[in-house]
Amino acid sequence: MTSEILQLLISGISQGCLYGLVALGFVLIYKATEMVNFAQGELMMLGAFVAYTFLDILQWPFYWAVLATIFVMAVFGVVIERVFMRRMIGEPPFAALMLTIGLGFLLRAVAGAIWGSDPRSITTPYGGGIFSIGDAVLGYENIAIVIGTAILCLLLYLFLRYTRVGIAMQAASQNQLAAYYVGIPVKRVFSLVWAISAMIAAVAGILIAPVSLVDPQLGFIGVKAFAAAIVGGFGSLPGAIIGGLIVGVAEQFAGLYLPPGFADTSAYVILLLVLIARPEGLFSTMQKKKV
Amino acid sequence: MRFIFKTQYEQDISLLKHRGQLFWYGLLLAVLIAAPLFLDRFYLGEISFVFIYAIAGLGLMLLTGFTGQVSLGHAAFLAIGAYAHAYMLSKGLAFVVALPTAMILTGIVGAIVAIPALRLVGIYLAIATLAFLIIVEQIIIRWVSVTGGGRGMLVPPVEIFGLAVATPGRFFYLCLALLIVALIFVMNLLRAPSGRAMIAVRDSEIAARSMGINLAKTKATSFGISAALTGLAGALMAHHTGYISPEAFTLTISIQLLLLIVVGGLGSIHGAILGAIFVGFLPQGIALLRDTLPPAIGEVPGLEPGVFGLILILFLLFEPHGIYGQWLKVRQFFSEFPLYRRATNKRQKTYLRTERVR
Repeated sequence: MTSEILQLLISGISQGCLYGLVALGFVLIYKATEMVNFAQGELMMLGAFVAYTFLDILQWPFYWAVLATIFVMAVFGVVIERVFMRRMIGEPPFAALMLTIGLGFLLRAVAGAIWGSDPRSITTPYGGGIFSIGDAVLGYENIAIVIGTAILCLLLYLFLRYTRVGIAMQAASQNQLAAYYVGIPVKRVFSLVWAISAMIAAVAGILIAPVSLVDPQLGFIGVKAFAAAIVGGFGSLPGAIIGGLIVGVAEQFAGLYLPPGFADTSAYVILLLVLIARPEGLFSTMQKKKV
Repeated sequence: MRFIFKTQYEQDISLLKHRGQLFWYGLLLAVLIAAPLFLDRFYLGEISFVFIYAIAGLGLMLLTGFTGQVSLGHAAFLAIGAYAHAYMLSKGLAFVVALPTAMILTGIVGAIVAIPALRLVGIYLAIATLAFLIIVEQIIIRWVSVTGGGRGMLVPPVEIFGLAVATPGRFFYLCLALLIVALIFVMNLLRAPSGRAMIAVRDSEIAARSMGINLAKTKATSFGISAALTGLAGALMAHHTGYISPEAFTLTISIQLLLLIVVGGLGSIHGAILGAIFVGFLPQGIALLRDTLPPAIGEVPGLEPGVFGLILILFLLFEPHGIYGQWLKVRQFFSEFPLYRRATNKRQKTYLRTERVR
């Protein structure tokens, strides 16, 4: 019984880390630019496909392929920002949301056109291994997800806390206009935020590819990650990861202990409960304006 | 150029602004009424589908375009309307009873959804309605005794007071009549205080509140009416396809409805109709395009949603007021010729607006 719970907890955490990573991308962009990027899941899908291209088609060594994927996705993130999102600065938030929804559709079609709609799998050096704690069994892929997420969070924290660019980014996300007045190149910061967000998506894509097959529909995981981001309070980076973990763990337990149907909806039920109790999410940064 | 010289206060709220409108809309109605005489069955079916989409679009337009509340969950209202209607018909209720009951039921569900939604803004509301949609979808799949689960259910044919609406022509008239009723209802609502309150809420919640508008009531009304209209469209859609299953009411449909109102023109009733025409006929257009394109591009599996996405992006970047906005500009160009200036319609941007502080 305890080993069963432990097993569920561990696989829930590894699934939750994935949701958390995608949620992190959402939150990062929202915090800095006040735009909601509904195509974050599709960016992850694209990252997985790029990794597949480098690893299994071009047969690059694993670590080089990972670096190349992250680089390609960063460039892609900047391109999206420059071509589409920069024109949406100053437009109503609804328009930017719709634009990214359209972008998601477009990216899915493009991925389908380039790589086809058959599911692919990528080969990793750590694939297939098993690690056991008591009776609980854990694949190396799942451990990689947890470790990868932890490293990424640490790097992101150090970057935002200690580098000049990171602090400029925080300033831009607190108040765009004020940041602009003190000489921070806000537009360039936006490009950078999109690049980082796409890089996170690339890492998430590489991590998810061994546990779930890669096809153009992979991006729909983004919808669930979105729920996770809201549970954590849209606009809080630790909140995104915690929201992801809550959703991931709850999903695993709901799948075993609750009637069928709850596994797919548990994320949304939690979301609605959180929104009813705390309309701004668990770790909110919203303030009420006094008139 | 036409100058409307108003001599009475009633002219401000009259449904038709001038005699020209009466003529053109009358002509359009006459052509539509005559359409079953000369149009093929296939096209009648397609146009009926456009009418149904227009009703749903009108519902979402009221909520998103006029009240400013984004909903990603309208496919759920479509589904509730369709299933409630089909279930009541299969239990032997008459069409004329089942249809309004299904509408009212969907409206009540919509108003109930609005209660937690009242505290939410912008993206939080969008995602809450999305959660609602996914939960409704699961309920439909699991509640087999009523909905038939994943196998779906057959929809009995329409019969109004003994008259079987079995031919595409008769169904066309039914949809047209209901669309006109819905249109007049929404137009009437928007010139009444409750509709004006919705527009005020869209433009500024703080300003609306300080004028004494009850935010909760206004939003709940808007949600309820919007849901009821969408439920009506759902019921008609059930008849149009003759068979309903959970796959017909997914997130993609919700997004398609949002696409409809954005492409048509946000915040205008014309926009809902034009958008419905666009969304209704786009698949045919893409099918034609598929034949002319080289097979490498034409046979891509996800081409249709991709084209949808591309069109949505292009509209948002270059014509955020949609087809209707473009039409207004063209009309202005000709009515003011040669004095039209591009700068008249320059887009205004607001840089200080933020959702974080409210």
